[in-house]
Amino acid sequence: MEYIQLIVRSIFIDNLALSFFLGMCTFLAVSKRVSTAIGLGIAVIVVQTITLPVNNLILNHFLKENALVDGVSLTFLSLICFIGVIAAMVQILEMTLDRYFPPLYNALGIFLPLITVNCAILGGSLFMEQRGYNLMESVCYGFGSGTGWALAIIILAAVRERCKYSHIPAGLRGLGITFITVGLIAMAFMTFSGI
Amino acid sequence: MSEYKEIILKPIFRNNPIALQVLGICSALAVTTKLETAITMSLAVTVVTACSSMVISFIRNFIPDSIRMIVQMVVIASFVIVTDQVLKAYAFEISRQLSVFVGLIITNCILMGRAEAFAMKNPPIPSFLDGIGNGLGYSLVLVILAAARELLGSGKLLGMTVFQTVNDGGWFQPWGLMLLAPSAFFLIGFFIWILRTFDPSQIEE
Repeated sequence: MEYIQLIVRSIFIDNLALSFFLGMCTFLAVSKRVSTAIGLGIAVIVVQTITLPVNNLILNHFLKENALVDGVSLTFLSLICFIGVIAAMVQILEMTLDRYFPPLYNALGIFLPLITVNCAILGGSLFMEQRGYNLMESVCYGFGSGTGWALAIIILAAVRERCKYSHIPAGLRGLGITFITVGLIAMAFMTFSGI
Repeated sequence: MSEYKEIILKPIFRNNPIALQVLGICSALAVTTKLETAITMSLAVTVVTACSSMVISFIRNFIPDSIRMIVQMVVIASFVIVTDQVLKAYAFEISRQLSVFVGLIITNCILMGRAEAFAMKNPPIPSFLDGIGNGLGYSLVLVILAAARELLGSGKLLGMTVFQTVNDGGWFQPWGLMLLAPSAFFLIGFFIWILRTFDPSQIEE
């Protein structure tokens, strides 16, 4: 029950894209079409669900105080470890997909390297460290936050596809109107904060 | 000399990393509810961009092409860790408010972008200045956004009261939305609109 609550919370209330502004660069750049947005969204869910528990294990078994060497806390290394794990995980995932699921690889292929520098993934790991989730909670949080991010980018892509046919003031065209659209979506998501 | 000036000034106005290149948006939005955190964040990003650009430029001729991303990442991550530790030691309160966003400087696209586009091709001193210029361009947007949000959201600047709020017996009704997430998106949208009205060459098709 507690886990379901965590998932729902991370999808709707603590949405990574809309309330913490994470992964904005890719969020804005890859949301021109719904089909690509879905591809990237799924890739984020998968990577987030895998890397968070792995980072959690590394944090608890190597970096925490007294974990590796008695009396020494290595948590200041967490940043560099997390980013390394994320890069490695993305690489492994890419190779596995290429070997065993070629159609999926062709669909997700170009998005996977982008994910390495996506701050939503690193942000998820840092929030996990800050909030002190255990292994099971970090699986749920990874899945939930990934899903929330995917949901947000798919909604935005759908709105932007429709926007193509409207008349927008010259200075707002492209980036400007996208920001305002995201603002409106974020306001809509704020109404979830009561549940 | 004028060449150096050009390197610093160009990214601030003509080629602003946030407004034109759309790099580093994540942190720009998240830390701007208060001016104080925005200034700290700007300083941190400027220092890290300048130093990492310089170091990468020093070793640019020794980096094999195939692993350059990893090398750049390690250099950037090291500087971010140093900055994070310094902030924790000397400005703990602000460091706590910035929470994960100092760490997220690593994935700030400005840093990788500058390392890849400028520092790999240019000598150390121009790279250092280019880093400072881009850091300042980022800071400019951050400070404007944060000033607007703090002033309209709570009637204060840097924690000092500018508009007396209604609760304290003044006249100013705080605009609560400004402190919440959506307003950051609206403000940056309008900021880009204003910038492009004055500089029509930046308008997208």
